[in-house]
Amino acid sequence: MAEHFDAIVVGAGPSGNAAAYTMAKAGLSVLQIDRGEYPGSKNVQGAILYADALERIIPDFREEAPLERHVVEQRMWCLEEKSHTGVHHRSDDFNEEKPNRYTILRAQFDRWFSEEVRNAGALLICETTVTDLVKDEAGKVIGVETDREGPPIYADVVILGEGVNALVGQRAGLRPELKPAHVALAVKETHFLPEETVRERFNLAGEEDGVVIEVMGSVSSGMVGTGFIYTNRESISIGVGCLISDFQETEISPYSLLDKFKSHPSVAPLLKGSEMKEYVAHLIPEGGYNAIPTLTGDGWVIVGDAGQFVNAVHREGSNLAMTTGRLAAETVIQLKVEEKPCTEANLKLYRDKLAESFVMKDLKKYRRLPDILHRNKQLFTAYPKALAKAMQTFIRVDGTDKKTKEGQMVRALRDARGGWWNVITDMFKIARAWR
Amino acid sequence: MDASDLDFDGLNIVVCIKQVPDSAQIRVHPVTNTIMRQGVPTIINPYDLFALEEAMRLRDQYGGRVTVLTMGPPMAEESLRRALGLGADRAVLITDRRFAGSDTLATSFALATALSKIGSERPIDIVFTGKQTIDGDTAQVGPGIARRLGLNQLTYVAAIDMLDQDRAEIVVRRRSEGGVQVLKSALPCLITMLEGTNEIRRGTITDMLRAARAELTVWSAEEAGVEDLMMCGLRGSPTVVKRVFAPSPREDKAEMLAVEGKKPAQIGDALLDMIFVQQPKLEADLLAAPTPNA
Amino acid sequence: MAQAPKRPAGRAGMKKELPEKFKSYKNVWVYVELERGAIHPVSWELMGEGRKLADKLGVDLCGVVMGPEGEGIEHAATEAFAYGADRMYICADPVLTDYRNEPYTRALTDMVNTYQPEILLLGATTLGRDLAGSVATTLRTGLTADSTELDVDADKSLAATRPTFGGSLLCTIYTLNFRPQMATVRPRVMAMPEAQPGREGEIVRHPLGIAEGDIVTKILDFVADATSDDANLAYADIVVAGGMGLGSVENFRHVQDLAKVLGGEYGCSRPVVQKGWMPADRQIGQTGKTIRPRLYIAAGISGAIQHRVGVEGADLIVAINTDPDAKIFDFAHLGVVADATKVLPALTDAFARRLRAPVSTTEPA
Ligand SMILES: Cc1cc2nc3c(=O)[nH]c(=O)nc-3n(C[C@H](O)[C@H](O)[C@H](O)COP(=O)(O)OP(=O)(O)OC[C@H]3O[C@@H](n4cnc5c(N)ncnc54)[C@H](O)[C@@H]3O)c2cc1C
Ligand SMILES: Cc1cc2nc3c(=O)[nH]c(=O)nc-3n(C[C@H](O)[C@H](O)[C@H](O)COP(=O)(O)OP(=O)(O)OC[C@H]3O[C@@H](n4cnc5c(N)ncnc54)[C@H](O)[C@@H]3O)c2cc1C
Ligand SMILES: Nc1ncnc2c1ncn2[C@@H]1O[C@H](COP(=O)(O)O)[C@@H](O)[C@H]1O
Repeated sequence: MAEHFDAIVVGAGPSGNAAAYTMAKAGLSVLQIDRGEYPGSKNVQGAILYADALERIIPDFREEAPLERHVVEQRMWCLEEKSHTGVHHRSDDFNEEKPNRYTILRAQFDRWFSEEVRNAGALLICETTVTDLVKDEAGKVIGVETDREGPPIYADVVILGEGVNALVGQRAGLRPELKPAHVALAVKETHFLPEETVRERFNLAGEEDGVVIEVMGSVSSGMVGTGFIYTNRESISIGVGCLISDFQETEISPYSLLDKFKSHPSVAPLLKGSEMKEYVAHLIPEGGYNAIPTLTGDGWVIVGDAGQFVNAVHREGSNLAMTTGRLAAETVIQLKVEEKPCTEANLKLYRDKLAESFVMKDLKKYRRLPDILHRNKQLFTAYPKALAKAMQTFIRVDGTDKKTKEGQMVRALRDARGGWWNVITDMFKIARAWR
Repeated sequence: MDASDLDFDGLNIVVCIKQVPDSAQIRVHPVTNTIMRQGVPTIINPYDLFALEEAMRLRDQYGGRVTVLTMGPPMAEESLRRALGLGADRAVLITDRRFAGSDTLATSFALATALSKIGSERPIDIVFTGKQTIDGDTAQVGPGIARRLGLNQLTYVAAIDMLDQDRAEIVVRRRSEGGVQVLKSALPCLITMLEGTNEIRRGTITDMLRAARAELTVWSAEEAGVEDLMMCGLRGSPTVVKRVFAPSPREDKAEMLAVEGKKPAQIGDALLDMIFVQQPKLEADLLAAPTPNA
Repeated sequence: MAQAPKRPAGRAGMKKELPEKFKSYKNVWVYVELERGAIHPVSWELMGEGRKLADKLGVDLCGVVMGPEGEGIEHAATEAFAYGADRMYICADPVLTDYRNEPYTRALTDMVNTYQPEILLLGATTLGRDLAGSVATTLRTGLTADSTELDVDADKSLAATRPTFGGSLLCTIYTLNFRPQMATVRPRVMAMPEAQPGREGEIVRHPLGIAEGDIVTKILDFVADATSDDANLAYADIVVAGGMGLGSVENFRHVQDLAKVLGGEYGCSRPVVQKGWMPADRQIGQTGKTIRPRLYIAAGISGAIQHRVGVEGADLIVAINTDPDAKIFDFAHLGVVADATKVLPALTDAFARRLRAPVSTTEPA
């Protein structure tokens, strides 16, 4: 006899887990399918966890979840060949009872989350890849095919939390292929260091205090991209990501880019003597608002990276994934309660919920940014140079009077862009993009 | 296990599997020399998969049931589910704090006890184990179990040539030094399966769903039938691990041959010279020896 | 769990309190592995190691051998004396013609209970592991498998060191309150001692208390391996091995060519076997063969710990690797940072010229 569920969730990342958990909790019969050897086995993230999104799903997650460190200090570095100019913010306020941001290791975190999903009553099968969607003659999605022998499995609705590649959605013609200019390729390494060493190098007082370093400037070698350094309990995550289209143009290899980053005088000392544990590469959807595909159809919903839900500017993704997953689930639950079928029309409810949430508001706010960054590489080259130069002029005491110095600094900025006009238009573009 | 599970025709087979850390991913703490288990995924001991597959082949051919049994922490349930997903019929987990620290003797005691309990519901025909584990790596638990249960012990089995249920006879090929023994023995027996003898199958989607839904049998020491707890865990282990340490690095590194600007041929000659400088006697012996393929 | 060090602290601190019944256990025993008329060399490697232990303890070194009557077994005894045994326990019986767990376990446990050794060493061979496991269980005593180092500590108990966690760590294991203290050691881990021909010793014959009729398992046939690669690789004087660095199965002919010219054996790392480029019995390392050649040439092998533990016994280790930071250079004696696929043929050629051996190239594997 054929298997039938209220909902099938493709993927056991943050989005799929959020969706499966929420529906299972509400008593729906849920089947979740992940291709990984175990949930999260192949998943990649920096990774910073934003408590809020998860709290709305599992309020007391802090008691159980495998969290590495909570972030007490944020550094923003603008990198130049030999220097970095930075803004740091550290506050004891972050040592609050319910910290707002944590570093995590996805492999462990996803495992825990998935455990919760199963405890909530969902069925999970791993090492199984969904190969295609099953549609009825009317074209409504009614189930999935997998790479395992056996009959298709049916469901009232299929939630696609399959991540950025989203091959299932693509194959079923639900969404277009990714555009190189809409995805970044990120490479990341995890380096083992004794707990004490991590604490010393980042002068962390508390056992579980952590630091986050977001990096721009020369780290991306002129491409649109950023780098990051996160402190875990007994390891450091370091990575850099740039748009695929830029990698294609420049023919720079991601690995050499990361190597350069690691050997930077400001970075090398942080990694000294560490043992590399893993090297991973993963895509990040960075097309933003304009790249979001159709999100719903008869019998299907897209959540998380598969829907391009990433806020590149603030490096938020998992929280958007969890939120979209939750909202999709709540939609399905509501339809179930109202005994309405999961048709295109009824699922519009999901898009409405999204529109009201921070997810769409934020992505909309930055909708112009990806494009502008893409067409204004100077933002990643000229300004960092100028800034570094200006800072040095400012700091060095060499008998030059301060007024002249200020003059030099201002000129440094102007010359960087060959004239004030360019500087001003740049500023204007950014400002507009930010609005 | 409810009674319905027990009335079936064919063989009652139990496969002992162990959940082990994927040692490919184990790291040793550079400073404290302790294992950094953090995030090290666990797998079914690779050697046990050959045992499981062989067991399932027998089941498919002669009918019967394959039960997977493991002793380990509660999380070992994962491996049992994976085994069910691969096609095993039932799973039993024996887990108990007091099993912790078991060496091979205590492990085989606990497993043997659980096996007798399983056997009391319906006699076991064959117990399978892997050749060895990749963490314990002793290849002793199998023989230990056989000894305690008085099963005919067939280790390093490369193939099962014949099995006659009515006459309770079995013929196997056993790897031994320099050759293969063809052994005729009797059921019930314990077989430790040699690696590379078969390839583990991929469970069907139906297997996977069954595995995901399955109710595992979980036994504490008492429930498994253990009466004498002194035989379990650290207390029941005659061996004691006194010291754990990392292999000492050889202080003197390799003497490097300068290759800059050298052609392969030159490198070859230079390397040969270095070798003979280090091992003059070797050169003499080689020259003395009749040229291998003259 | 087995011997994975759950918590080393466990009972380590625990004071040794040997029960009365074990106080009388004395002497070091080595199991002399006689199979199908041949003695496994590991027996003598153990004899050499056992001698050291016996001398440290100031006790006798004894060998125990089983098999059918005949000169095979008598010869084993004579050799055992030459390799350092003071006494030989012989159990000769037609029932013991071929190895079978049942009668062998019976015989060995009987002898242990009768003559009470404090230490019993066996080779970690298919026979040794099969036998040790059931004997230790019958005697309810501790057994340390695959030891790489044996010693006796201050309070005279056996300290057996073995790799754990896939070789990434070593642990030292004791059998505090039980006797005999049992350990198996893999072939080639211990060095072969010098034989002293003509050295004499005492012989004790022990009857086997079990008849063919009582034994369930029968031997129908023995199929000898066509090529006994097994022995050769482990005991070869010269071994040339290739790793993933060779890039393709074709390139392994370079390894075979060099081995041939040197009259040695060839081997490989594990992934090479997993790729199906080489048969499993060519694998060198922790889960493959341990080798102790006079010359080991490793081409395109990174030198992971699991490989290292299998080759460290070599007199001279030569490593060819493109990566100057490859781990293998940490324990190799000679290193070349170069493309092995180019250096190997050159080296083959060089040796051929020096040794006046014609280079005959093998067909791609
Ligand atoms: C280097 C890097 C750093 C990042 N840093 C951060 C950060 O600091 N903070 C943050 O919030 N976000 C960060 N992100 C983004 C974040 O990782 C993603 O937004 C988030 O993981 C998206 O979750 P998801 O569930 O949509 O997709 P994923 O996490 O990719 O999960 C998709 C799941 O679906 C499974 N799957 C895919 N296809 C199939 C199929 N056909 N059948 C079955 N299963 C399938 C996969 O195995 C996977 O488990 C980072 C991303 C990268 C690459
Ligand atoms: C439980 C367990 C047991 C194991 N047992 C064993 C075992 O018994 N034996 C074993 O070998 N491994 C074993 N392994 C695997 C071991 O951990 C390593 O993965 C393995 O030894 C690596 O093999 P490799 O060096 O051939 O390949 P790699 O690690 O991929 O190394 C390839 C090397 O070749 C070099 N190279 C590349 N191109 C060239 C070229 N053209 N010329 C020269 N050099 C080149 C590279 O720099 C690199 O150093 C075991 C692992 C586990 C977890
Ligand atoms: N804790 C355990 N639970 C179940 N089976 C085990 C366990 N430990 C060992 N075994 C079995 O015994 C075999 C040999 O293990 P070992 O003696 O540790 O090398 C393994 O391949 C397993 O089949």
